[in-house]
Amino acid sequence: MSHAFVEVQQAAKRFPGNTKDAPPLTVFENVSFQLQKGEFVCIIGHSGCGKSTIMNALAGLDQFSDGSMVMEGKEINGPGLERGVVFQNYSLLPWLTTLENVRFGVRARWKAWSEREVTEHSMKYLEMVGLKDVVDRKPSQLSGGMRQRVSIARAFATKPKLLLLDEPFGALDALTRGVIQDELVKIWTHDQQTVFMITHDVDEAILLADRIFLMTNGPEARIAEAVEIDLPRPRNRAEIIKHPNFYTIRNYLVDFLVNRSGDLRVQENEFKGMHYPPSINPVNLGAAVDAPTTPPEATPAAGHEEKLVKFTPKEIRHG
Amino acid sequence: MDRTTTEWKISLNVRAGLLAVVILALLLGLWEGLNRAPILGGGAELSEYEMLLGGADETASVPPPSAIMVRAWEQLSDPFYDAGPNDKGIGIQLGYSLYRVLAGYVMAAAVAIPIGFLIGMSPLAYKALNPFIQVLRPISPLAWMPLALFIIRDAEASAIFVIFICSIWPMLLNTAFGVAGVRQDWVNVARTHELSSLKTAFKVILPAAAPTILTGMRISIGIAWLVIVAAEMLVGGTGIGYYVWNEWNNLDLTSVIFSILMIGIVGMLLDMSLAYVARFVSYAE
Repeated sequence: MSHAFVEVQQAAKRFPGNTKDAPPLTVFENVSFQLQKGEFVCIIGHSGCGKSTIMNALAGLDQFSDGSMVMEGKEINGPGLERGVVFQNYSLLPWLTTLENVRFGVRARWKAWSEREVTEHSMKYLEMVGLKDVVDRKPSQLSGGMRQRVSIARAFATKPKLLLLDEPFGALDALTRGVIQDELVKIWTHDQQTVFMITHDVDEAILLADRIFLMTNGPEARIAEAVEIDLPRPRNRAEIIKHPNFYTIRNYLVDFLVNRSGDLRVQENEFKGMHYPPSINPVNLGAAVDAPTTPPEATPAAGHEEKLVKFTPKEIRHG
Repeated sequence: MDRTTTEWKISLNVRAGLLAVVILALLLGLWEGLNRAPILGGGAELSEYEMLLGGADETASVPPPSAIMVRAWEQLSDPFYDAGPNDKGIGIQLGYSLYRVLAGYVMAAAVAIPIGFLIGMSPLAYKALNPFIQVLRPISPLAWMPLALFIIRDAEASAIFVIFICSIWPMLLNTAFGVAGVRQDWVNVARTHELSSLKTAFKVILPAAAPTILTGMRISIGIAWLVIVAAEMLVGGTGIGYYVWNEWNNLDLTSVIFSILMIGIVGMLLDMSLAYVARFVSYAE
């Protein structure tokens, strides 16, 4: 039985209605996907489609109402060090210095290490993000971009098998964002971790991702398509826009977000059962891109039908 | 920070200091002037009645600052003399009071901070214990005194108990408040790093809540120092509260005023020392 590195099967998130008789609010329904080892996957969708819930569930900080998550053959049911998280608001501990914040993660990961080893390892990652001169500053004395670098250094330094980035650059200005994206690519190339990242930025997604999951609008959102980005690596911001396929991909994504993410919601909603989002390559799609109203041929990835679905409904308990 | 701001700051401090000195001088001058000791005799023979009074005014007046300063000098130049139960140096009396306050306070902290932690972490504990806290908290600490005396049967320990019971509430509530208010993001950091509950408590929640806990501790030490004076007036024997009352019974108002000043100064020092500690645990977000 072959398993992908991470498998999410038929996940759903529902919130109970305001009154007893009101139907529960379904944020997303029947979301299934796989992540391969070493893959960089971005997920894009409008606010409210449940991206963050999916991410928090993978991190073990939230729970799906339905569905199961398996990583390397083991079910995910709680936070763990094999999954590192970079939060949108950095989540640095403000009473610790930059170095201590990274050491916090490293110490938690390798409890047997000596103090010196922990410091050296932390410093290595702080150097990678260009912060070795400010290691004694508290987060409050750092700029937003620097804080996010510390957060990235902390997450990468623990060498998690899966890295979850929740809109890590959302609060940064465009210039800083570009610089840190480059650093992220560098550090990711160095460690080859599997990365799952939420973003709102189409260009960022194209620059970083191997595949981009496109989500339809919530409520009752789904992952509509998995867009393959086969632009050559290493990519950098200056060169990638000159690639002949860049705008084909970009237009396809923007078109999805602007026009199709709303329409697709109603369509195919009764499509029950286990299915992964169809793989799309906008470059090979050609003419379909210019006709937004025709949904592209859905070509579900073959080979998953025979897989047994482990369906473990979970009780809904909120607040 | 540029030069001009610094200079402005210094000059502001200097000016504030000067103004404070001027206000002090004015107040003391006014006080001194209104409390002139009667001019003896005025040349004439003292009447028998006046001789009985020892040349004092018919209405007793508050002693002037100069007399208090003289008394302060006497007392502070030999603060630890011990000439019997009713005649001890100000240092000894303050020492007794400080000992009681600190003993009761440390015990209160040892109880309040863990329970506050529990209440802050667990909504169940909060809901279960909240009614008790709400009823017990508004009780004047001195109201416990008779019960304490009856149960403990020891004046000294009863005074300490009164300090304990009055300083427990601010620490308890502030700890609970601080712990409950720790940002979920920080707790999530601990969770994603697989920290045990004990490690989470010590490495994340305690440092995050420390400034709020310290605020509670500052409020508590202030209240404890307020209450010890009253408690010692009731219990008697030793301590600054007893000293004040004893000097009142001796009709020695100079000593009363001097000890009032000392109570203020010690209270300020207690608060300042905790404020100093608070600087080490405070953080900017």
